[in-house]
Amino acid sequence: MADSSAPIVEVHGLRNSFGDQIVHDGLDFEVRRGEIFGVVGGSGTGKSVLMRSIIGLQHPNEGEITVFGESMIGRDEEEAKHVRRRWGVLFQGGALFSTLTVAENIQVPIREFYPGIDQELQDEIAAYKISMAGLAVDAGAKYPSELSGGMRKRAGIARALALDPELLFLDEPTAGLDPIGAAAFDQLILELRDALGLTVFLITHDLDTLYAICDRIAVLADHKVVAVGTIEELLALDHEWIQAYFNGPRGRRAAPSETEGALA
Amino acid sequence: MSVTEFSPNVEDGSCVLRFTGNLTILRVRKLSEQLKEIEADEIVVDLSGVERMDTVGAWLVHKLERDRGAKIVGATREQQLLIEHVTAADQPVKLKREYVSPFVRVVGQVGASTQNILSTMVGMLGFFGALIISTGHIFRHPRRFRLNAVVAQFEVVGVHALFIVGLMCFLVGIVIAQQGAVQLRQFGAEVYTINLVGRSAIKELGVLMTAIMVAGRSGSAFAAQLGSMKLNEEIDAMRTIGVSPMEALVFPRVLATVLMMPLLGFYAAVMAMVGGGIFCWLSLDIPPVTFIQRIQEVVPMTDLYQALIKAPVFGMIIAMAGCYQGMQVKGNAEEVGQRTTTAVVQGIFLVVVLDAFFAVFFTEIGWL
Repeated sequence: MADSSAPIVEVHGLRNSFGDQIVHDGLDFEVRRGEIFGVVGGSGTGKSVLMRSIIGLQHPNEGEITVFGESMIGRDEEEAKHVRRRWGVLFQGGALFSTLTVAENIQVPIREFYPGIDQELQDEIAAYKISMAGLAVDAGAKYPSELSGGMRKRAGIARALALDPELLFLDEPTAGLDPIGAAAFDQLILELRDALGLTVFLITHDLDTLYAICDRIAVLADHKVVAVGTIEELLALDHEWIQAYFNGPRGRRAAPSETEGALA
Repeated sequence: MSVTEFSPNVEDGSCVLRFTGNLTILRVRKLSEQLKEIEADEIVVDLSGVERMDTVGAWLVHKLERDRGAKIVGATREQQLLIEHVTAADQPVKLKREYVSPFVRVVGQVGASTQNILSTMVGMLGFFGALIISTGHIFRHPRRFRLNAVVAQFEVVGVHALFIVGLMCFLVGIVIAQQGAVQLRQFGAEVYTINLVGRSAIKELGVLMTAIMVAGRSGSAFAAQLGSMKLNEEIDAMRTIGVSPMEALVFPRVLATVLMMPLLGFYAAVMAMVGGGIFCWLSLDIPPVTFIQRIQEVVPMTDLYQALIKAPVFGMIIAMAGCYQGMQVKGNAEEVGQRTTTAVVQGIFLVVVLDAFFAVFFTEIGWL
């Protein structure tokens, strides 16, 4: 492993705008190795745009983005490929390829980057990824349209994990899941992080997820990151939105009992 | 980055595999082949030299443990955890659809398409019925008539098609005149080119070419629009709100196509005659005035009636095929494409079949 203390993702002075509408202006933050980094913010504060900027789907107007110490701005497709295989992305709706089965979906990145691996081993890899992601044993042969929303997300995470990435981007992974499924998904992310040494960049609205698994949380407001820190650190800040978010009725309910004291 | 190496040594009667370097997906292809070649009853896997291991590496180690009874030594806590994870994930997962022999598959396909044809016929009939019912509803409640939607479709189906339909029929008119003139010249009957152009343009070509163009432009668009709305659950949302998709989406499209087809067909026939006329003028030295006079003499009014009777029926068929196929979409984006193709093929096919029926029918009633 290279320099283990260097941040995995660094964003400096990011500016994104669509026409007159400014989404980000002078946004900075960094994600450290091995942490689960949560991003929260009201609707329309550009959480998804931020993720799309980092993974290269959205060209920012200004700013510097580095992933694994390599600058991502202005890279051509061929160079970016080497970085791309070191991360996995789970889109909000799963974004599975609808004409392929779940197993084939998982094998797409493997085939793309490691074409030499024989079918037998590819099948084995797909099989254990499927059960690792908590899918039913018969899910591999199914098409995405035959899966429920939660199962689609699990299949999406199985595909994101296909290449054993070091960095995982998750866009609202627990949205639309039932509480049991969401808790299991949190547990899954935590286990995968511990087992695979992942770094996770997580966009979420789910307060339970924030409390359960996030090491640090960045709060997006007013076109920038207004605060980064653990929940305790954020709670100590006197910021209107942060207080409303974590100390609102839902925030209080999600807080585990040991932090109750800190809230009072 | 160091390449994964392993060295088999025989120690105490068992084969010790000492892995060094990175045990990751990068090297796994070669490694998996090499591991298969090892023949030993007792295997010990020594991971103490491994720098980095991913799940694929762990999977290989797990396979050695599972299939060959290998003992694992020297794993760090993380590596142990990873192997445990992979071991836990080793479930009999179904990856492939069940295999079907080619014979059974072909028989199945024939059966399925037969069933498909029959169910489409029944479905189209049902759709036609539903359309009539919604038309009735709209007549009884004129406020439910969506004028704006119909006018918008007028523009898309009719106005936007003017250029391409006109150009196409103009060119077809020239071709008919030119080919006809070559043949008729052999009998010294070049002047009959006018009869050929006039009658074929009004009776068949205008309407038929328009129908094909409208099926390609609008029938496909209807299927794709309604299909993606169906996928997006917009149609379900409409139903829930209490808006009938038949009244709001299908009826305006069918009505617009039914009304636009005769207009476009007539315009197409005129453009074909213009093309033919220009050819006659430039190539056969028949002046436009003579051409128009002859057209008036040789083309009976019944030809125009035929065209104007056929056109709305064709429009109805095309719009219905498009909307019906669009409403049948379920599942995925690929189906939208398939249904769109089907809509166009079905629309044109039904138009040609009906055209043949019309030809026989009109001949029988004496509209020669």
